[in-house]
Amino acid sequence: MIRKLVRYAKGYGWRAIGAGVTIAIEVLLEVFIPFVMRDVINEGLLGDGGVELIVEKGLIMIGLALLSLCFGALSARLSVVASAGFAKNLRQALFYKIQDFSFANVDKFSTASLITRSTTDVTNLQQAFMMGTRMLVRSPVMLVAATLMALQISSGMGVIFAFGLPVLMASMIIIVSIAFPRFKRMFTQYDKMNARIQENLIAMRVVKAFVREDYERETYNATAGGLRDASVSAEKVVILNGPVANFTLYACMIATCYIGGRNILVGDMLPGDLMSFISYIAQILSSVMMITMIFVSLVMSRASATRVVEVLDERVDIVDSGADPELKVADGSIVFENVSFSYSKSGENLTLRNINLSISSGETIGIIGGTGSAKTTLVQLIPRLYDVYEGAVKVGGRDVREYTLDNLRASVSMVLQKNVLFSGTIADNLRWGDINATDGELKDVCESAQADSFIESFPDGYDTELGQGGVNVSGGQKQRLCIARALLKRPKILILDDSTSAVDTATDAKIREAFASKHEDTTMLIIAQRISSVSDADRIIVMHDGEIDAVGTHDELLATNEIYQQVYFSQQKGVA
Amino acid sequence: MATEKKRKQSTNGLGRDAGKYRRPRNTMKTFGRILSYMSGHRFRLVLVVIGIALSAGTNVLGTYMLKPIVNTLEDLVTAYGTGESTLAMFGDIVVYLVIMGAGYLLGVGGLYMYSRIMVTVSTDTLYRLRKDMFDHMQKLPIKYFDTRTHGEIMSRYTNDIDAMREMISQGIPQLINSSIRLVAVFVMMIIISPLLTLLTVAVLGLMVLAVRILTGKSKFYFSKRQKALGEVNGYVEEMTEGQKVVKVFGHEAEVKREFDEINEEVRVSTTAANTWASVLMPIMGNLSHLHYAITAVVGTIMVIRAVGSLDLGSLTSFLQYSRNFSMPITQLSQQFNSAMSALAGAERVFEIMDTPPEEDDGDVVLVYAQKGAGGELSESAVKTGTWAWRVPDGDGAALVECRGAVTLKDVTFSYDDEKTVLQNVSFYAKPGQKIALVGSTGAGKTTITNLINRFYDIQEGEIYYDGIPIKRIRKSELRRSMSMVLQDTHLFTGTVMDNIRYGRLDATDEEVIEAAKLANAHYFISHLPEGYSTVLTSDGMNLSQGQKQLLAIARAAVADTPVLVLDEATSSIDTRTELLIERGMDRLMQDRTVFVIAHRLSTVRNANAIMVLEHGEIIERGDHDSLLEDKGKYYQLYTGLFELS
Repeated sequence: MIRKLVRYAKGYGWRAIGAGVTIAIEVLLEVFIPFVMRDVINEGLLGDGGVELIVEKGLIMIGLALLSLCFGALSARLSVVASAGFAKNLRQALFYKIQDFSFANVDKFSTASLITRSTTDVTNLQQAFMMGTRMLVRSPVMLVAATLMALQISSGMGVIFAFGLPVLMASMIIIVSIAFPRFKRMFTQYDKMNARIQENLIAMRVVKAFVREDYERETYNATAGGLRDASVSAEKVVILNGPVANFTLYACMIATCYIGGRNILVGDMLPGDLMSFISYIAQILSSVMMITMIFVSLVMSRASATRVVEVLDERVDIVDSGADPELKVADGSIVFENVSFSYSKSGENLTLRNINLSISSGETIGIIGGTGSAKTTLVQLIPRLYDVYEGAVKVGGRDVREYTLDNLRASVSMVLQKNVLFSGTIADNLRWGDINATDGELKDVCESAQADSFIESFPDGYDTELGQGGVNVSGGQKQRLCIARALLKRPKILILDDSTSAVDTATDAKIREAFASKHEDTTMLIIAQRISSVSDADRIIVMHDGEIDAVGTHDELLATNEIYQQVYFSQQKGVA
Repeated sequence: MATEKKRKQSTNGLGRDAGKYRRPRNTMKTFGRILSYMSGHRFRLVLVVIGIALSAGTNVLGTYMLKPIVNTLEDLVTAYGTGESTLAMFGDIVVYLVIMGAGYLLGVGGLYMYSRIMVTVSTDTLYRLRKDMFDHMQKLPIKYFDTRTHGEIMSRYTNDIDAMREMISQGIPQLINSSIRLVAVFVMMIIISPLLTLLTVAVLGLMVLAVRILTGKSKFYFSKRQKALGEVNGYVEEMTEGQKVVKVFGHEAEVKREFDEINEEVRVSTTAANTWASVLMPIMGNLSHLHYAITAVVGTIMVIRAVGSLDLGSLTSFLQYSRNFSMPITQLSQQFNSAMSALAGAERVFEIMDTPPEEDDGDVVLVYAQKGAGGELSESAVKTGTWAWRVPDGDGAALVECRGAVTLKDVTFSYDDEKTVLQNVSFYAKPGQKIALVGSTGAGKTTITNLINRFYDIQEGEIYYDGIPIKRIRKSELRRSMSMVLQDTHLFTGTVMDNIRYGRLDATDEEVIEAAKLANAHYFISHLPEGYSTVLTSDGMNLSQGQKQLLAIARAAVADTPVLVLDEATSSIDTRTELLIERGMDRLMQDRTVFVIAHRLSTVRNANAIMVLEHGEIIERGDHDSLLEDKGKYYQLYTGLFELS
């Protein structure tokens, strides 16, 4: 997993390595200072080196410190550049990947989770990367270098490390391994609590309408209490780190003084040696502690890493492979050959079964059916938003999988049921259909979609700013804008998925009139709840439970099809 | 140009993120308030301070013990070979070491003690903060939630509380620890050598200067970085939400290009901001080495020249102190940034708690009642099917049967005191009547239901409920007397059974199933993998919108209240299915006062009275047939000449 993520440091690789190298140099310089200090004491103070030697050695130490400062700062800068670059690449990779996702991929992750993964999780990983390039190098190098220097001074006293280090490491490992599962439990509890808050925010009206505030409080308190208990159980283990490390450090210090004192007593050692030795012990033990701290926080960012890699590893299930980039859609004819479809890959619970249907170019087709009858599923196969499970969908006489997605979708325009406008002006949004469209062309499609008049009624007209999600326009207006946007693509096939549900019947009729007069070459597929929206279509398809129940004109269906009659009468009763 | 505008918008949308590094407005007051949250643990906190003092103090004193030890060792070296009793001197060292060891042991004990207590204190403080925040949130008026995004409120529970957690569990103990250490070390340094301490003060000045320059620089770039980060996150949010539209338009390439631009901006500003912050650590660390080196040189010369009675032992201790000196300063400077964002977060958390709760001075409550032989009402302890309002009246209380008569008299209302949403609306609903509200989006239909259950309070006019002004009725009691099925159906994580039972917590399984049958939901529920025990997750994602509405209707059915509000309750159910549930709905509406809002007029046809609203006024009223005869707006709506929604 780490190797997979490290790839995204591409372009910043030498900086990342440079950060590690320079910090290693910083550490080596730092570790050398106590070694020089030993000479200051032993030779300068106790020996006969005198002031001259002391100043000389002092200057060396100052030089080491200054040099070390330079390398430290350089390393900081390099790792910052590298980690910011890493984050940029990672964010980009995620964003690109998500943009390439098919509908099925997005459904699998959910939009909210994709957003968290490309924002919060990326920031966490950036932090981890920065730490990885610096602290993760610094502490082990410090550990090794300080140990070597200490042994250099007195190999006999290495016995202290032989006891101290393993004891410290073992207890750290034990602590972390006990704490890790507890932290995992804590995070689960945390997610549970947040989910409850989120639900409350969304459903506040329900909570208040049913006077369930106390009930919600109790439920919430239980999860928050659970989180508290889980945190205590995890944290009370982790806090042992400090006392254990301090205890070991102190024990080693005392042992050093004792053994060192005895060595001095026998004349094996000088006080200066002891002083540097004590410094090294402090450095060694603090780096061990640092390593465990880094380890703990890297473990915490593992969750983020897993979540990000999941997205990056997701196989995009609708791709261009096998498509002919030169192939363009010839006309707006559509053929369904024995099509079956399932939202699950294994083909369980077929949503569509054995669909056979042929639509000629320029035809207008209405689609009627109850909730869950798979109307939307049927039309989503045409621009290849999903792939069929069995059979084939042909557009312009060729299987949709033979076209590149770009070419196919350039000819097939679809207005989704749950449509989205983006922040920006009305004109910006419309130009999604065609970036180079002139103002005249915009006006033209808006007239067809019956949107021009209300747009012109806004003070800023086509330059009116829409908030995120198009909050400034009503439902019916939004639907008409979406239709205009789709028309601007000048598609060969236009699919309207319940796209005029909020538009009044009179305007709805005018839109269809405009389609018939100005876009007569375009194949139209109109999904609607209202019979009046489809009654003048060339043919109407009645969907029921994933199958085509009947195909025919309004009059034919009214005469022969039971479902159609029921829908018709459910909307007509009482008018006469 | 277009891009420019678009981006500005997304930054605004993500204001909550950008605000994270905003400075707190009233640092001391907020800090005091956090402390007061911990005041329940006063005794524990005293122990914490003692523990910290023990661990810091023994550490500082332990270092001081190096002085006699090293001095003795030095004597040992000089005594070596002179025949003096080196063994006795070594005995002294052992005594010093034992004292040192005992002190350290005490310090480790103190460290464990305060760390362990802090775990309890911090987790409990956070628990209480979260609890109080949620508690108070439940009391806030609907208006609060209508005027803020969920993300904005949510980030107070997550980001802001997280920042506070860091401050409470680490920041505060570290602040105490660093301060004690700094003072103790400084005092010891002065005791050992005032002259060398002067040198330390000079380096200290240099360190403080470095911290100030660097944090000043980084603050400037940090706000730039936060802005850029907000922008990119906003863009990601918008484009991920609209990803399906991007796909349908094959707009991937443009979106990617635009994203790349913003993403590069983030990289540049992040690099600048983090550089200044990251450079601080090596600078502080190496300034401390520099200090060590200079002190060592000056100190050794002082020892040789015997200036200021400095000996080798004192120098050893002093050097050790000089090493420990920079640590608390680095820690304090690092804590400063996170403390600032914690305080800013705390202010947002406290802001929720300080928002005035929903006003409620009603004294009329709802009780179960039973009717005597002569029709007189008396209170009952168990559910009887009859409800009554207990209206306090001087010393006693009168019982008024709750039948669901609702009267609006000259009601004028505005959400924001600027735009009037309802203007002089008057109507009455007799018990058991079905009242339909019809009109286009923004006409004020939903607003009326918001007023009847007092989600919002009216500014002018009067609303009576069974003859009682609703302002006199306690809000919770008022709402208990009516159930609502709302346009957007929301379910909770839990079983289907739990979700329906939400309407009335003491409903039996049989009653729940009965309600589900009434709403025509029983059929699809029995086909779920585990029937009524199937767990729904994340707002019922695994159900279709229509199925969710059926569950919401069942939830209202199980509540069994005198008044029922259906706000576009069947909008996602196709007309054919709607016909199927019509019988159940008829039974549900029987003997209840029902308010129906629907844009599909087929659902309101058999209402006793239909109100046609436009721009906050009732422009037509009557039953279906009479309204059609009038050939007014209703006629136009019904025949499809006028746009709804």
